[in-house]
Amino acid sequence: MRRSLVAAFALCLSAGGVRAQEPAKLPAAEPIKLDVVNDSLPKSLTATPGNAEAGKKVFLTRTLGNCLACHQVTSLKSEEFHGEFGPSLDGVAGRYTEAQLRLIVADPKRVFTDTVMPAFFKNDGLSRVRPEFVGKSILTAAQVEDVIAFLKTLN
Amino acid sequence: MAPRYVGLAAAIALAASVATAALAQDAERKGIPAPPGHVFNTIISGYQFRSKETRALQDDDLENPGFLAVERAADAWKKAEGSEGKSCMSCHGQPETSMKGVGATMPKWDDKLKKPVNLEQRINICRVEHMKAEPWKFKSRELTDMTTFVKYQSHGMPVAVKTDGPMSPWFERGKQTYYTRYGQLDLACASCHERNNGKFMRADFLSQGQTNGFPTYRLRDQRVVPLHERFEGCMFDVRAEPFKPLSDEFLALELYVAWRGIGLPVETPSVRN
Ligand code: HEC
Ligand code: HEC
Ligand code: HEC
Repeated sequence: MRRSLVAAFALCLSAGGVRAQEPAKLPAAEPIKLDVVNDSLPKSLTATPGNAEAGKKVFLTRTLGNCLACHQVTSLKSEEFHGEFGPSLDGVAGRYTEAQLRLIVADPKRVFTDTVMPAFFKNDGLSRVRPEFVGKSILTAAQVEDVIAFLKTLN
Repeated sequence: MAPRYVGLAAAIALAASVATAALAQDAERKGIPAPPGHVFNTIISGYQFRSKETRALQDDDLENPGFLAVERAADAWKKAEGSEGKSCMSCHGQPETSMKGVGATMPKWDDKLKKPVNLEQRINICRVEHMKAEPWKFKSRELTDMTTFVKYQSHGMPVAVKTDGPMSPWFERGKQTYYTRYGQLDLACASCHERNNGKFMRADFLSQGQTNGFPTYRLRDQRVVPLHERFEGCMFDVRAEPFKPLSDEFLALELYVAWRGIGLPVETPSVRN
């Protein structure tokens, strides 16, 4: 039987990390600070550019981005179950700059007030976080950059 | 018992197919009009969001595996336990009459404890105080069976919780919890069950998160699941530390969520994936 989507959210992050071997950029306990400029994040979160192929995996992996749980993407049609919470991401690269996409993924509440989309690069200001996730962001900086690289292919 | 398992196997197999989800989407979702000042215009049972097969399984008393819990508890009802040598039946007689409508009005204010109690707590109060027996553990088969059995005596009756008087601070507290975002995913009950019900979220149609079918037989777990376990699961899935089952927080939440489904017919034992 298929597990429910939300059950999939529940798995431990370390279990399927695409780049689990990379150490996190920041010590877990320190709050992540974002250099927001005009509703965007112009500066890359890493020294190396993101990898679209790796980003696609992060996008699809239920314990990581799990983006398809809420979004639809035509080029990923072969994947089952596209969610309806958020808009289709087809052509999203044409709607936003890379810097805007970076902020949307890192902390979407700064762009869409009161959105249900989780912040993927934020590790404080949250309530009753399960102990194993305290002080950790859903994605690492490298994984965010990979997802951005993948989003840039959606034009 | 054989037909029960045939139906069950079919539902499990079908739950795994995408076609099932498409069928549920096409189905018209019937609800009841909400009273003035309610959050919804139409209050809709979780039943309406499930696949045709799952609904058929719930509708067939012979195949619905939740009825095994009802049958087990019907025996337990008559069984004397504890140092007083009493059974539920010794004091309450025929459950069809004494327990009729009770489950539909839970949680209820308890004058002695000065707080609301739900069905699980009420049953354990009787065990401890009136029978001098050990309380049943939360999630134990015995407690969930008996809760299902008592709630079943209200089958088809409208959910009718009282939220005024001493209940009103508890109602407000439950409401507060319902709209608070929790966990690493930072989602509130309302993020999913109010803003996004009716939408597809990967493998599941989001319902209004109603409680009229609880305890519910979950195909995934292959057992009857009590309401606070579902609450725990929904919090756990957003990577939050859930409140404890039967805690004041979950009692307040149970009261508030029951009000969100006011007037829905009790469906216990319902079947869900
Ligand atoms: C829980 C559901 C949910 C998840 C999971 C989710 N999103 Fe979103 N996303 C939304 C919603 C809802 C919106 C619409 C913004 C709003 O709330 O107004 C959105 C908007 C967006 C937008 C802007 C789209 C546009 O055209 O305006 C992008 C880009 C985006 N999401 C990317 C992602 C990526 C990448 C992931 C995975 C790392 C992801 N989302 C995961 C719910 C989600
Ligand atoms: C990430 C989305 C999400 C959040 C947040 C969430 N739930 Fe759920 N919930 C689900 C899904 C998915 C199901 C199973 C399908 C359905 O019935 O909606 C479910 C089912 C339920 C059910 C069972 C409904 C039925 O008819 O069987 C109840 C009750 C419930 N949730 C209550 C809550 C409460 C209370 C909260 C807040 C503590 C909450 N949920 C938070 C996704 C969520
Ligand atoms: C010795 C008598 C006695 C026994 C045995 C007993 N009860 Fe009770 N029960 C009561 C009384 C008296 C009340 C009314 C509330 C109170 O004063 O505790 C009550 C109330 C209840 C209620 C709430 C009824 C309502 O209208 O809200 C439920 C449910 C219940 N009992 C279930 C059970 C179950 C299930 C058992 C067996 C496990 C059981 N009781 C055994 C005496 C008993």
